[in-house]
Amino acid sequence: MTSIAQEEIKLTNAQIAWRAAQDIVDGAYVNLGIGFPEMVARYQPPGREAIFHTENGILDFGEAPKPGEEDWDLINAGKKAVTLKPGASFFHHADSFAMVRGGHLDVAILGALQVAQSGDLANWRVGSKGVPAVGGAMDLVHGAKQVFVITEHVTKNGEPKLVEKCTFPLTGVACVTRVYTSHAVIDIVERRFVLREKLAALSVEELQSMTGAPLHIEGSVADLIVPEV
Amino acid sequence: MNKTSQSLAAAVSEIGDGATVMIGGFGGSGAPIELIHALISRGPKDLTVINNNAGNGRIGIAAMIDAGMVRKMICSFPKSSDPRAFTDKYLAGEIELELVPQGTLAERIRAGGAGIPAFYTPTAYGTELAEGKPISEFDGRHYVQERWLKADFAIIKAHLGDRHGNLTYNKAARNFNPLMCMAAASTIVQVSRIVEAGEIDPEHVVTPGIFVDRVVEVSQPRQEEELIRAGVTYA
Repeated sequence: MTSIAQEEIKLTNAQIAWRAAQDIVDGAYVNLGIGFPEMVARYQPPGREAIFHTENGILDFGEAPKPGEEDWDLINAGKKAVTLKPGASFFHHADSFAMVRGGHLDVAILGALQVAQSGDLANWRVGSKGVPAVGGAMDLVHGAKQVFVITEHVTKNGEPKLVEKCTFPLTGVACVTRVYTSHAVIDIVERRFVLREKLAALSVEELQSMTGAPLHIEGSVADLIVPEV
Repeated sequence: MNKTSQSLAAAVSEIGDGATVMIGGFGGSGAPIELIHALISRGPKDLTVINNNAGNGRIGIAAMIDAGMVRKMICSFPKSSDPRAFTDKYLAGEIELELVPQGTLAERIRAGGAGIPAFYTPTAYGTELAEGKPISEFDGRHYVQERWLKADFAIIKAHLGDRHGNLTYNKAARNFNPLMCMAAASTIVQVSRIVEAGEIDPEHVVTPGIFVDRVVEVSQPRQEEELIRAGVTYA
């Protein structure tokens, strides 16, 4: 369980999104999952131009329109109204998912219920109750050159979200390449969690106690430094 | 050659009980609300409906479900801002669901239209949605075999159409619609405007008329999102 002190030492969701945004290079083609991952678009570093893909069929969409100016034929995968940037394009669903599975996207960023050290991801369903709905999640985890997860390090109850083996239904097997959490940046290398960055106020031991599988260290671990955003 | 139809009722007049019907659209964008409502007026039962979603509010596909016309939904995301119609019937065991990942759904429909009975995809490998499906390894990776999807009818919304059935779409309302046009034995399309043959630049035709059987003009098509915000119901 997480102590109160550890709870206080953590990044906000906006800060997690900011940190992930720093790793998107100029010219990258990027798909941001619905919800929290959409926040990453706000923190693109100046001078870099990423092209955002939405799986319902747009490349290079931009901000939401002003209220009252929505065009409901111009929406993103979350069914929210968007606008276009110069250079945008439309395409049908088979082409859209060819961009995904065919290895044409550079980065996909998703949320998670659990990530396993093998890179398995569970993010679509908690159990077998209710109406199941998957959308594009199972497609998006395959094909992008890098699959990033952004997430709290532990659940609201303090349970690890980074685990040896997922207990929730899987979205994909061995698909996640990097995880940005409220406390650390962790790569998945050969079915192991490799710690790259952690909050300076947190020891490796404290971080390990919040993590459900071994954290490996290869070389140095950098401080995870994020501005107030 | 004249595929234009004078009325919505005439356009859907051949859709009968037990048919498999692809319905275009992603949420409200590209959803042929007027054709769906004409189909509800006609009232065939025991339908299998293929769409990305499973209706929203009390209009369109949701109204078909409310009317008891749908036996089975094949979709990727049967949730919406107001999913009561599907949710209530599903939890009561009154409607069947085949849940398909969105990209697999699109490719299965494309395959149906392209004469490809099955294909392999990495999507869903190792998950519950691949259970019971053949798995093969290619170049060291595992893939799931998925079957084509075809339909008796597709009902589609497009932007411009001509008497040959050539179509253009409006923005992201394209989504599944060109694929569904290819995958149905009979494709029925509502367009905002019927134009003379030749008016659509051949370079700009998105769906060639060979994939289309009927075209009917609905000059001011309604938008699902706006109807839902206004609290409109079909009944």
